[in-house]
Amino acid sequence: MDGSVIHVTDDNFDETVLKSEMPVLLDFSAEWCAPCKMLAPILKDLAAEYQDRMIVAHGDTDDCPRAATGYRITAVPTLIIFKNGEEVERLIGLRSKQALESAIDAII
Amino acid sequence: MNKELYDLIIIGAGPAGMTAGIYAARYRLRALLFGEMVGGMAAFAHKICNFPGFDSISGMELAQKLSEQVSALGVEVKADRVIAIAKNDLFEVRTSGGTCYSRAVILATGSERKKLNLDNEDSFLGRGLSYCATCDAPFYRNKIAGVVGGSDAALTAALLLSEFASKVHIIYRKDSFFRPKPAWVEQVNANNKIEPIFNTNVTSFIGDEMLEAVQLNNRDELKLDGLFIEIGSVPNTELAVGLNVVLENDHIKTDAEQKTNIPKAFAAGDVTTTPFRQIVVAAGQGAVAAHSAYRSIQEDYDRPSH
Repeated sequence: MDGSVIHVTDDNFDETVLKSEMPVLLDFSAEWCAPCKMLAPILKDLAAEYQDRMIVAHGDTDDCPRAATGYRITAVPTLIIFKNGEEVERLIGLRSKQALESAIDAII
Repeated sequence: MNKELYDLIIIGAGPAGMTAGIYAARYRLRALLFGEMVGGMAAFAHKICNFPGFDSISGMELAQKLSEQVSALGVEVKADRVIAIAKNDLFEVRTSGGTCYSRAVILATGSERKKLNLDNEDSFLGRGLSYCATCDAPFYRNKIAGVVGGSDAALTAALLLSEFASKVHIIYRKDSFFRPKPAWVEQVNANNKIEPIFNTNVTSFIGDEMLEAVQLNNRDELKLDGLFIEIGSVPNTELAVGLNVVLENDHIKTDAEQKTNIPKAFAAGDVTTTPFRQIVVAAGQGAVAAHSAYRSIQEDYDRPSH
């Protein structure tokens, strides 16, 4: 793992998120969404910080519409933490880096 | 985190904080800017048509431009949360990433969206309830949306929603819109999809997994797929209070030079007792605050040593 944010699409969703051995923090976001853009640098920091313990991934709802519908995404950004292919935590809306670290540390 | 001494620490990355950053950089002040939301509340605006220089620009685009400009000037910007500020000789700024010190500070912490504070409000967030029309409007294509509020923010949210939803209700407690800009009212009145409901409050949310309807105080429940709350905001004055900065009407009291009662502590933007909560005003105040900070630091250097 090189500690960067992985781009998720419907095509690689299974392999990247559901079949991952490490927990995955997946950010569902959208082009038109300001808070999503604000989250981007935070995700980059988190990807580096949790390099060997968690994967940080980003999915634009236009690139993974099936996943977005499947996980009932009606607000962006929505961050879901997956463990062994299952959703274990869902955070909706922009959060501070500190708040995300707390949520992640409680789970992984 | 560096224990080095900064000339100026700016808290807040909205138009006020970012403009202060631009001026600080050009004054060659050693400056550090803390902000969790680059662009601030302005970034959430759908269309900004009154910022000088732009016929129309989205909040997101404006935030992007601010970010690029500040970055190009080499201002250090961090997303750490500032927990507390204390003043001894210098300002001690404690953050989630460590502590740093500066000769001066600018508080540009803006405000936070007000919630309705109804039962179950938090549980419906992202399940039909939203505080950000620009983020979530596209998810309500061909659905029924509601906006709570009667300000310009509520009107523009309704106009944006009308581009996607089949119907938009504006639910407002007063009998007419609150000091609206005529341009927005004209557009709302001309829009067949938008229906204002005055003298009405939402009293509760109805729904199972997703929002299905809202209960209104003076009529039958209203079927809705999405509800957007635009009822104003609350100033973020925690840090100011911790620093013993004097407030007036819950906002930071400043003079025309953006000074507070604490020497070398300045404030700018929506968090202050500004006469007019607008992006351009916030930006202007950020510039004045940076200038005042610069002058106050210069005065120290100019003073003869004992």
